[in-house]
Amino acid sequence: MRRIFKTHYNQDIDLFRDGIDRNIYCGLLVILLLLPLSVGSFWLGEISYALILSITSVGLMLLTGFAGQVSIGHGAFVGIGAYANAVLLTSGLPLPLSIIGAVVISTLVGALLGYPALRLSGLYLAMATLAFTFIVEHVFVHWESMTGGFGGMSVPAGVILNYSIMEGVSFYYLCLLSAVGALLLARNILRSPTGRAFVSIRDSEVAAQSMGVNLASKKTTAFALSAGFAGLSGALLAHRIGSLAPDAFGVLLSIQLLLMVVVGGLGSLHGAIFGAIFVSMLPQIIAVFRDTLPDSLAQQPGLEPGLFGAILVAFVLFEPAGINGRWQKVKAYFAHFPMHRKATFRRQKNFTKSERFR
Amino acid sequence: MHSLISVIVSGVAVGCVYALIALGFTLIYKATEVVNFAQGELLMIGAFVAYSFIVLWGWGYWAAIAATMIVVAVIGFLIDAVILRRIIGQPQFSVVMLTIGLGFVLRAVGTMIWGTSSLVLPTPFAGAINVGGVVVSSTTLSMMVGAVFLCGAVGMFFGLTRVGVAMQAASQNQLAAYYMGVPVKLLFSLVWAISGGIAAIAGVLIAPVTLVDSNLGFLGLKAFAAAVLGGFGSVPGALVGGVLIGLLEQLSSWYVTADMKDIAAYVALLAVLFVRPQGLLGSVGRKKV
Repeated sequence: MRRIFKTHYNQDIDLFRDGIDRNIYCGLLVILLLLPLSVGSFWLGEISYALILSITSVGLMLLTGFAGQVSIGHGAFVGIGAYANAVLLTSGLPLPLSIIGAVVISTLVGALLGYPALRLSGLYLAMATLAFTFIVEHVFVHWESMTGGFGGMSVPAGVILNYSIMEGVSFYYLCLLSAVGALLLARNILRSPTGRAFVSIRDSEVAAQSMGVNLASKKTTAFALSAGFAGLSGALLAHRIGSLAPDAFGVLLSIQLLLMVVVGGLGSLHGAIFGAIFVSMLPQIIAVFRDTLPDSLAQQPGLEPGLFGAILVAFVLFEPAGINGRWQKVKAYFAHFPMHRKATFRRQKNFTKSERFR
Repeated sequence: MHSLISVIVSGVAVGCVYALIALGFTLIYKATEVVNFAQGELLMIGAFVAYSFIVLWGWGYWAAIAATMIVVAVIGFLIDAVILRRIIGQPQFSVVMLTIGLGFVLRAVGTMIWGTSSLVLPTPFAGAINVGGVVVSSTTLSMMVGAVFLCGAVGMFFGLTRVGVAMQAASQNQLAAYYMGVPVKLLFSLVWAISGGIAAIAGVLIAPVTLVDSNLGFLGLKAFAAAVLGGFGSVPGALVGGVLIGLLEQLSSWYVTADMKDIAAYVALLAVLFVRPQGLLGSVGRKKV
């Protein structure tokens, strides 16, 4: 068990906890950079997908895990990012500019939706974002001159400095760069006053307000930021899919994104990454699972969303802290090895305190 | 002019069914402060079960309705007793996630048992009656009468019976109600059972209009708009909100374009949330620290 001897206040907000942590993360980055040398193109594509999802996941984690605002509408922002990128590329912008444009557009939409929506709390916000998802999907279907409607819209091949990013390796590096950048940005926001304001809003709005946190502006910031992250991952996703259809960005995607942060573990960036890896690998896992099941059950339609739901239910019931929470528990078990106490992580019994008769 | 009136009538009729679903939400929210995102799926299961009773096993319509109500009420009771009871006292968010997950599971179970094709549920309501020159079909009428009757019954149940008053007490303060000898857990499961029964009836009533398939679950989301519009947690609000959403849908497809029908409810929901977050008939207060 490591104990850190702190000699300066700034150590509390350092990017890495200590030298060992820094070395571990740098080592991980080097491994990821060298990965294309040893991994086939199929798995490289899957890892790129996990990286793309982790960008949204980190963004949604900022909003849901740290600022405490539930959004069931992030699929819509991913869609806005994807379509914006495709439209801007079609109109002749070079790739870096079109991605930046997509991020800016989805951030703006996020701010526009966020400002009025965030006067609402918890539940109502969830419903407002849900309604937003339906409306955006409707717009994608019916604004045919821009999005091609149900016919779909093909995404032009992206080119950076004469390198086509459609090829696996360069696309992988683009995703890696974006994901690492997004992660660093999120981590830096979280150790700044803004990030601490997010956490205080999550823990108690009234307390935060009385300590001088401007609720409306901080909530809007969190919403716009996470919409921007979703837009970035949407822009990259557009290149992975190749052809955009409106129904790819509906409620199901939003729920999948929410599944990521819950399964990963709310309130930690590690959790965001774990969740993204889990959800991106889930189709593979289900495919394996399907082979072992009897045919009559395996070929059923609706098995996949059903399993999604079941996993969600299982995590909320049995491991509300998600994969990250389980990882912490395993770590704590070995750190305290012979002295491990079973009750350390037991959940407290609780009565629901009414939020209505206030 | 007559066609406009018939549009309005069908809007009110569909709205009445939305109101029933919204009533289910409202009951559960009022009593247990849980928002049940799986209400639409309960409705879907109700319609499927009714189909099995009537078409597959050849039961009479009314017997089938009663049996369906009992089956779905038992499902609702079990959902609460087995699953939701475990997370009493956890934050709102985990409950929302849980019911969303349950909705997906129920929908998957529905498609696995009854398949993906649309089924037709026969009803004894044939023909139409003429009210002052406007032709109202009996199906439409059955939706309206059913909704109004159920809303009235639920309102009376909460206001007049001992169990209903105990439910109100439990919803205001779980701990205090428990100290006064109210069996809080059992009551919560009962509320779920009632709400499941209402969802089943709503499913049977709307089946002639929409056909029975797994997409029926999405009606729950529109009913959400109704519940919010009327102010979450207010029984008359649910009725008013449901009728308003139904009217809005039909009128927007009449005046604007037919596609508007799909999203009118959501646009209204967003607009209401932004302008008057507590809904039309809801009450709101400030949270104490």
